[in-house]
Amino acid sequence: MSERRDDPRREARGYVLGYAAALLLTSVAFALVRWPVLASTATYALVLALALIQIVVQFRCFLHIGLKRSTRDDLQLILFSSLIIALMVGGTLVILFNLRMRMM
Amino acid sequence: MTAGETKHPGLNLGSTDAQAHEAAGSALFGFWAFLMSDAVIFALLFATYGVMLPATAGGPTPASEYKIGPTFLETLVLLTSSLTYGLASIAMKHGAAQASIQTWLGLTLALGLLFLGLELHDFAGMIAHGATPMRSGFLSAFFALVPLHGLHVLAGSLWIVVMMAQLRIIGLDARVKINLLRLGLFWHFLDIIWIAIFSTVYLPGLIP
Repeated sequence: MSERRDDPRREARGYVLGYAAALLLTSVAFALVRWPVLASTATYALVLALALIQIVVQFRCFLHIGLKRSTRDDLQLILFSSLIIALMVGGTLVILFNLRMRMM
Repeated sequence: MTAGETKHPGLNLGSTDAQAHEAAGSALFGFWAFLMSDAVIFALLFATYGVMLPATAGGPTPASEYKIGPTFLETLVLLTSSLTYGLASIAMKHGAAQASIQTWLGLTLALGLLFLGLELHDFAGMIAHGATPMRSGFLSAFFALVPLHGLHVLAGSLWIVVMMAQLRIIGLDARVKINLLRLGLFWHFLDIIWIAIFSTVYLPGLIP
């Protein structure tokens, strides 16, 4: 098992695959904005969705974050950081947009 | 048995160097904790940018300042540098010839510097239009967020130079290997921050 994982060809293939996926996701996002075919809200939502997919792909292929048991510590740290980020960013946006609405 | 385990984020040395692999576990986890706190700093600057976006004060707007072509080019350069760094770390892990590791690192460095050059050219263009950080809240938030990523890329580029020197002088010992793994995490992390930047700053600003 570990020999299979330590095979350089296999590892290089992982990076190249991640790179190809990242190129594809990036190109689609830029193309959607460059040649708009959808309404602007739909384009915006799709660009964000593509970014999220690409972030997961990069975590998987370049940073090798998996769901395997031995990597759980890293995954937990990422999930905890994501929770903190969601609370702080979400809170900031809610409070300040609410403030702006009331000041108008 | 422990050599087969995944011990940390990023490329694991595994059975190619069991001793360094053992030491890498805590060294890289600590660095990962730093990267996550860095991510929190970036996240708050993203939130600030989101709030400041309408505060253009009658000055330049995202649509007038952002350009899709150069942004796409910068993205391609940074993505490719992530691949070349990955190939450098595979060469390092499997004890490839010094020259091949140095070549991949040099290529990554060149792409990092090209990215910085393109970005500086963009900023210079914006400043020439009068889009300076002092002009409006929107521009202050923009210049707090995007150049901070640029500074990280600059730090990463200097770090690559240091690693190329360490590799030449010290050779591939356990410490140098662990430093290269850390730099790998940093470099791939910068790529992920850039995805967030082009998807929440540049592209939404250009949607008609």
